Amino acid sequence: MESGRETVTQVEQWSVEDRVFRIYNMFASIPPGAQTTLLELQRDEHIKYLNEGLKQLGPSFVALDSSRPWLCYWIIHSMALLGESLDYELENNAIDFLNRCQDPNGGFGGGPGQMPHLATTYAAVNSIVTLGGQKALSSINRDKLYNFLLRMKDPSGAFRMHDAGEIDVRACYTAISVASILNILDDELVRGVGNFILSCQTYEGGIAGEPGSEAHGGYTFCGLAAMILINEVNHLDLAGLIDWVVFRQGVECGFQGRVNKLVDGCYSFWQGGVLALLQRIDLVTGEYLSLFDSGEEDSPGNSTSEGEDTDGISSGAEETCHFKNGEQQDASCSVNYTSSNHTRSLGNVETEPLFHSLALQQYILLCSQLENGGFRDKPGKPRDFYHTCYCLSGLSVCQHCCSKDYDSPSVPGQVLGPYPNLLEPVHPLYNVVLKQYREVREFFSRSRAKLN
Amino acid sequence: MDAEEHILRLSQDPEWADLTPIPQDDGPNPVVPIAYKPDFIETMDYFRAVYKANEFSPRALQLTHQAILLNPGNYTVWHFRRLILDALGIDLNEELNFMLGISERNPKNYQIWHHRRWIAEKLGTDAASKELEFTRRMLSLDAKNYHAWSHRQWVLQALGGWENELDYCHQLLEEDVFNNSAWNQRYFVVTRSPLLGGLEATRESEVKYTIEAILGNPGNESPWRYLRGLYKNDPKSWISDPQVSSVCLKVLSAEANHVFALSTLLDLLSHGFQANQEFRDAVDSLRPSNSDPADSDLAKTICSILRHVDPMRVNYWTWRKSKLPSAVSV
Repeated sequence: MESGRETVTQVEQWSVEDRVFRIYNMFASIPPGAQTTLLELQRDEHIKYLNEGLKQLGPSFVALDSSRPWLCYWIIHSMALLGESLDYELENNAIDFLNRCQDPNGGFGGGPGQMPHLATTYAAVNSIVTLGGQKALSSINRDKLYNFLLRMKDPSGAFRMHDAGEIDVRACYTAISVASILNILDDELVRGVGNFILSCQTYEGGIAGEPGSEAHGGYTFCGLAAMILINEVNHLDLAGLIDWVVFRQGVECGFQGRVNKLVDGCYSFWQGGVLALLQRIDLVTGEYLSLFDSGEEDSPGNSTSEGEDTDGISSGAEETCHFKNGEQQDASCSVNYTSSNHTRSLGNVETEPLFHSLALQQYILLCSQLENGGFRDKPGKPRDFYHTCYCLSGLSVCQHCCSKDYDSPSVPGQVLGPYPNLLEPVHPLYNVVLKQYREVREFFSRSRAKLN
Repeated sequence: MDAEEHILRLSQDPEWADLTPIPQDDGPNPVVPIAYKPDFIETMDYFRAVYKANEFSPRALQLTHQAILLNPGNYTVWHFRRLILDALGIDLNEELNFMLGISERNPKNYQIWHHRRWIAEKLGTDAASKELEFTRRMLSLDAKNYHAWSHRQWVLQALGGWENELDYCHQLLEEDVFNNSAWNQRYFVVTRSPLLGGLEATRESEVKYTIEAILGNPGNESPWRYLRGLYKNDPKSWISDPQVSSVCLKVLSAEANHVFALSTLLDLLSHGFQANQEFRDAVDSLRPSNSDPADSDLAKTICSILRHVDPMRVNYWTWRKSKLPSAVSV
């Protein structure tokens, strides 16, 4: 193996670096006032782009005809991040349309009359949660949805995407996420899924879609979030996972999805979200503390346990980048994993995330954002709703990951560009805005008992 | 065959006269409405009719073909097509031919790969060489196609064909040593091939191979992670194998990207590796003149250097430093 010859990977990488650095060099050469303008989040333009998509899509979108709940989610969630609510009529139209995607036997398909699919079920449920309100939330048939989830469960414990469909970590996450947010997660759904996800963590440290495949940002988010939701995150090699994910942020300031692949704005959420989640995991005990619920009962535990060195890099002598929450819950009540004793835990908070938040915001605002609305993968690519959703979600994660409490306003120094760039905070386990997450928790908090 | 040639005028075709097309139930005011073209609407209206009637017929099979050409992402159509193929007992080798053009136009579509796996599973071991050849072709178009690699791994495990896989990985790495998918495949082969005897049997030659790749491009993350992977679950060998520490030392002493050599040495130290003066000198020579004074703790010094030479991860290296075992002073 010689080092002199240029390979495909190198040529493509240099070409992207060239485009990105040209933008950064231009930015560095202009006066501060003009810099601030360039860093502005083009709210009005984004909202216009999103609204138009919600109302009408061109013929080329036929390629996404089996992903229409995804289109709803990408658009509605983006609007919610921007603090914009839909007008009454559009909201009703969205609820009505998503209901037409709901299968009589549970779950949501890619469009009216299509088979139910776990990914579009996740997208539809998150859309409905984001719309919020009695009419939207009660449109979900939870009993049937639960049956659909059980039907998608493979004997191994993992999930299939649809009847006789593929099994992977995406299916596991989307199943666990909707079950958790709708408060229908139980032992039966959880059984075995953790072992499958565990078998997908690779020698590199990240998580793959299937055992043996390559570590990948999207699957790593799905795997980690699912493991937290089922209270089994301590089974993962967290030190290896952290080391892999921090190295995915490159000289372009954005994240790549895999080693030696190109930067892409959508990984701002997938990889940035992984780091936001890791920030709340106690590496000694493997426990996760959410700051996102309020008004629930205090959990009993807040003790600092002197655990063994589980990760090979921590001594257990001091905790920094995580919170303590001594409460260990079993899987059956894992939907209630979130408890609100954070006021007593804040002394341990490390307010700096393990990635470079300002650099990532710079990539999102200068390289992914288009001034006429929407976001893209990287310079030279066209905008789309998927990248708009995940660039904005990543931006929100950056802006809020340093706040000690998501309820308190973000520190201005953590928001790149003018302070009005500040977006609504998201719940990083589900990627729905926090306000709507709280509403859905409240709405379904006492109805699990009625289900069975 | 071109997509256009296949478009039937179903509503004027006597063969379809018995069937009442079913329009899509989008409601009066749908959101995200797509401006469908007339041929798409007609095809899908008839598809819904055969789907609802569970009609497993040659004409329904042909209709799924047409619907797939118009939108290969429609998993319901693919699913129904499999039901028809089963019911009619169609020769699945024909089906593979049907897949060829669609696959090349949609290499990252989940459905085509799932369909292919379904076919290969039914065809059994006879399909192994054809599937390996097919994935090789797809990987020649994009050597990092995630689906193609997943399919290839499934073929190897389910149908066999391991004989030349290590050579194939070598060939791809010769072409592009930065191809992390090829490194991942190499790991898959050395850990799972029934022919090679597992990690213990292959480690020595693999370490040699990997070190050569590292020395060729010390800034290439892939072989560094691969090297670490070769000692997975065996930290004792990881710190005691002189080849590992010496590649770190070699890179640290050269004009090169030092980040991975430093982070690997840090990892060795955290696992109990005892560094001699040579390592201390090599690390010390990398200390920026304006940095903190040298620490007696080599791991701490490494973290401080990494904070300077790898500013994107400044928080990470600060955190790593704070987690070092000797951090007794608060």
